[in-house]
Amino acid sequence: MELILEKINHSYGDMPVLTDISLSVGSGEIVCVVGPSGCGKSTLLRIIGGLERPTSGEVLMSGEPPADSLNPLTYVFQDFALLPWRTVEGNVRLVLEDHRIGRERVGAVVDDVLARTKLTEFAAAYPRQLSGGMKQRVAIARALSVNPAVMLMDEPLSALDSQTRDLLMDDLIELWTQVRFSACYITHNLAEAVRLGHRIVVMSRRPGRIRDIVEIDIPLSERPGFPTETAAIQRRLWEMMRDEARAADRELSDVA
Amino acid sequence: MSLDRSLPSAAPATEKPGAAPTRPVPFRGSGFTHRPHRHVAPLVFAALLILWEIGSRTGFISNISLPAPTEAAEAMADLFRSGMIWKHLSASLFRLTVGWSLGTLLGIAVGLAIGLFSVARAGLSPLVSALFPIPKIALLPLFIVWFGIGEGSKVATILFGSFFPTVIATYGGVDNVDRSLIRMGQSFGLSWSSIVRKIIIPGALPAILSGFRISASIAIILLVAAEMIGAEYGIGAYILMAGALYAIDQLIAGVALLSLLGLAVAWLIGRAEKMLLGWRI
Ligand SMILES: Nc1ncnc2c1ncn2[C@@H]1O[C@H](COP(=O)(O)OP(=O)(O)OP(=O)(O)O)[C@@H](O)[C@H]1O
Ligand SMILES: [Mg+2]
Repeated sequence: MELILEKINHSYGDMPVLTDISLSVGSGEIVCVVGPSGCGKSTLLRIIGGLERPTSGEVLMSGEPPADSLNPLTYVFQDFALLPWRTVEGNVRLVLEDHRIGRERVGAVVDDVLARTKLTEFAAAYPRQLSGGMKQRVAIARALSVNPAVMLMDEPLSALDSQTRDLLMDDLIELWTQVRFSACYITHNLAEAVRLGHRIVVMSRRPGRIRDIVEIDIPLSERPGFPTETAAIQRRLWEMMRDEARAADRELSDVA
Repeated sequence: MSLDRSLPSAAPATEKPGAAPTRPVPFRGSGFTHRPHRHVAPLVFAALLILWEIGSRTGFISNISLPAPTEAAEAMADLFRSGMIWKHLSASLFRLTVGWSLGTLLGIAVGLAIGLFSVARAGLSPLVSALFPIPKIALLPLFIVWFGIGEGSKVATILFGSFFPTVIATYGGVDNVDRSLIRMGQSFGLSWSSIVRKIIIPGALPAILSGFRISASIAIILLVAAEMIGAEYGIGAYILMAGALYAIDQLIAGVALLSLLGLAVAWLIGRAEKMLLGWRI
């Protein structure tokens, strides 16, 4: 299934936040979106997943999602959004319970995603007992359990320390090689973008528009073998973003 | 203290001959945290009783103004001997359980409605704010006219008394449920009823249970007030009778029963919190 954004514009009151965003996320493709703080990345993602209506423009799905996809557009949130009163297993179950798929199937799916995210031995733990990295693993397991056509990830690793982040990036790549999910991955961390993105969308400061799209054709699993190439791309991205970030920073302090 | 000494590469000061003497950093982090002290409460209680008893025996506390604790205990023992205690207790507990349960059930229902539906909020929440501060005791004569002098008016007083704090605790709890969790539920396509049952109600439960503490105390206060009008049995009736006869030992025994009732209710709610909110710890 392909996701197509057509001329998305959005404003809050009379403050324009997004202007003329056209973009597509192909099947099995990870599109990273980077941009200065406050440029409307989270807003864009909420619009893509149908949690918010754009002022104008449309988000279209082309082609059918996989037949067994329970929730084609599935979010992974920065703050994990786990229910503190449910165990790891219960949190994954939560999103399956509303679908009429039978007890055994639910059990099998839960076991499968927990195994894939290396959480099996923590199935009975409560979120408060887990580290940040583990919590995000649970959120990823929950997202995988509904077999999404597109994962919508809003800075999923930003609340984690850099070592945990590296480990989880490796895990994400491993998961991607298994199931080839598509994803729209928002981040402000260029290293993440270069490591995970097939395409990287660079947004300008508010009102956010697409400034450039950088394609990286090195396969995800081989990227650690090309340190110079990826570093060069990262530098290019940073050069693009630096002025925007600086200007955005100054704008915000003017407002305050 | 020179700068290089504080560098981690420098050897510990004690090992250097002729170096400045070392001393441990004083601990300043104590206080402002509560540790459980299991024995303090019973000790304070016992000490007070003993002081009181001594005061009475030496005549420092006049027997007319306050009888000795042993006399109050004797009055309590009388209650047990005559079997009247069960009559009073069962009458009071019946009114309390029926009134409080109905009040909190209705309160939770109305609180959820106010928390979930904006029409209900617009219509009901000003009404609740207007009616909550009215002392229900003042309405007791009205309740007697409406529901009769028997059990009806007593249960109604307790019901109304526990209803309003529960409404307020419930919708406050619903308002405080983490919005990002609700958004998560919506983003996974959970049904409205699933979101309410699995996200909103558990999220509001801590607030609802602490509302229970308040409503239960109010219910006990109102129980006594209601039993002071036209009740034959009940702890309140017993206290009223004792007061009318100036049987202060009985009065104190009755008040002690009320305290015990309050303690029992607090303990039950504590158990419920442990059971339902075990995830919080
Ligand atoms: N619900 C809202 N109502 C009004 N303004 C909003 C709302 N949500 C976001 N905004 C504003 O829209 C702009 C874009 O917000 P958004 O959260 O999408 O930015 P972002 O790119 O995700 O930023 P960050 O990198 O800090 O996460 C900001 O200026 C923000 O203040
Ligand atoms: Mg954001």
